[in-house]
Amino acid sequence: MPDQFLFAIEVMINGLMAGVLYALVALGFVLIFKSSGIFNYAQGVFALFAALTLVGLQEGQIPFSHLINAIFGTHIHHFGWHIHSVIAIAMTVAVMVLLAILVERYILRHLVNQPDIILFMATIGLAYFMEGFGDLMWGSEIKTLDIGLPQGGSFWIEENTAWLGGENFYGFFIDRLDIVAAIVAAILVLALTLFSQYTKQGRALRAVADDHQAALSVGISLRYIWVLVWAIAGIVALVAGIMWGSKSGVQFSLSLIALKALPVLMLGGFTSIPGAIVGGLIIGVGEKLFEFTIGAPFLGGATENWFAYVLALLFLVFRPQGLFGDKIIERV
Amino acid sequence: MKDTIDSYVTADGRTIGGVMMEMKNITLRFGGVVAIKDISFDIREGEIRAIIGPNGAGKSSMLNVISGFYHPQEGEVWFRGERRPTMKPHNVARQGIARTFQNIALFNGMSVLDNVMTGRLTQMKTGIIAQSLWYGRAQKEEFQNREIVEKIIDFLEIQHIRKTPVGRLPYGLKKRVELARALAAEPKLLLLDEPMAGMNVEEKEDMSRFILDANDEFGTTIALIEHDMGVVMDLSDRVVVMDYGKKIGDGTPEEVRNNQAVIDAYLGVAHD
Repeated sequence: MPDQFLFAIEVMINGLMAGVLYALVALGFVLIFKSSGIFNYAQGVFALFAALTLVGLQEGQIPFSHLINAIFGTHIHHFGWHIHSVIAIAMTVAVMVLLAILVERYILRHLVNQPDIILFMATIGLAYFMEGFGDLMWGSEIKTLDIGLPQGGSFWIEENTAWLGGENFYGFFIDRLDIVAAIVAAILVLALTLFSQYTKQGRALRAVADDHQAALSVGISLRYIWVLVWAIAGIVALVAGIMWGSKSGVQFSLSLIALKALPVLMLGGFTSIPGAIVGGLIIGVGEKLFEFTIGAPFLGGATENWFAYVLALLFLVFRPQGLFGDKIIERV
Repeated sequence: MKDTIDSYVTADGRTIGGVMMEMKNITLRFGGVVAIKDISFDIREGEIRAIIGPNGAGKSSMLNVISGFYHPQEGEVWFRGERRPTMKPHNVARQGIARTFQNIALFNGMSVLDNVMTGRLTQMKTGIIAQSLWYGRAQKEEFQNREIVEKIIDFLEIQHIRKTPVGRLPYGLKKRVELARALAAEPKLLLLDEPMAGMNVEEKEDMSRFILDANDEFGTTIALIEHDMGVVMDLSDRVVVMDYGKKIGDGTPEEVRNNQAVIDAYLGVAHD
């Protein structure tokens, strides 16, 4: 096989893996948007906050230590213990559930029946608050997140694919972390699908997504469902935070992955879980392949930064509901 | 006369029990508009109670008060011998009061079966952890409830559309699915807001039959709003008549038919 073709395949595989990470973030948006019609701008910050909390708990950091030091003139920073990553993850899940309860109690409950734009603004406020709160709680320096996931290229894959090409081809380079991310994402999507199809809470969730009045009439508590949805979105954010954090460190820029999720949603549709996955994969593969075939050779490179948005723009013009979204029908 | 006795047997042999729900001096306002003005009536165990009146009389508002969607400014709601505090609609549903809506409120993206299954939510007790793990008790509960739902689906003759997404169904069938979802909750009191609106004669006959059968077989107490007078006179044991938010008549179909105030409200009176 010609090497050029093999490189293209490698680029595509890596694109798929990157797409999985985009899809993970987009998934959190879809969950909340479907059930409450709220576009949660804070989803990216949730991922950052979850990752910060996980690292902080793991390392035994003292929360608000900067604040405490500044007020009392002390020099505390660590408890001096390390918590096993599994326990730390369980604790972080608990924190995200608590966060969902607080969001419902102090924001959503007071904004029931307000126009969507008001709720959207509220999530922007929430995003900035959480960003500052996360910094205050755990400090703003860049942290490394290591929960024992395999990292670096897989030699096994490289060795076993090297024969495909000629002298200059050393086999496919695929990051093992990306493979783990893909598997985790697949399990997560499968679990969410089973949950929403076969449990009574899942059914209630779909019911609320469809019609609030009818949901009330069969005895579903909207508040409970909102807490449930935001908690699930928080857990999805944690998974996204772990994957992105392991890859590129836990830092402020993690919250900006939310912006990468936007084009994914435009492609896949805001209300479709499969749409979020397929949209993520298309964007991941598309931007890598575009960079490889057109961007780098002809346009001077760095096309990955804008390719997704141009693609989303094209979708907005020709198919505004996305690939899988609810069809927009204007009744006259 | 019937208000003073505990229970009686109807001409067609059904037993009507004591008072299940009592509305006492209900007044409901929206800003300056008085939708319901000082209305009292009761609903007895096992009966079919109709609420009729011209458009804008406040019938739907009354149904919304019973189901907790509206909260009256004055008056008391008594249910099964206890005064009901101000309650959210989902808690009213959990007390055993199911309803349908005038403009059909179904879950359009879900199948008929799933829609009817949501009617069972109030009856399912296992928590989220057990449900998520799908372990013994949760699984058993799902199957038991599924069985009841299948029975209701058979009863309403909608087996052939079990798996169809509700959004694709024609109007008449949607109305029937909505009734199925309400019945699935095994309600003590079933509220039907214009169950036959917009239906043709054949569909109306079917729906009347289902309502009578549900009342007869499951012993469900039913309160319904309906405009078709023929249907109301055939179906109901007692009728409340409303006009401009006030009660102008209450009694058996015959009594109401001969009530001068009711005749005036429907046909209009000459003011001279």
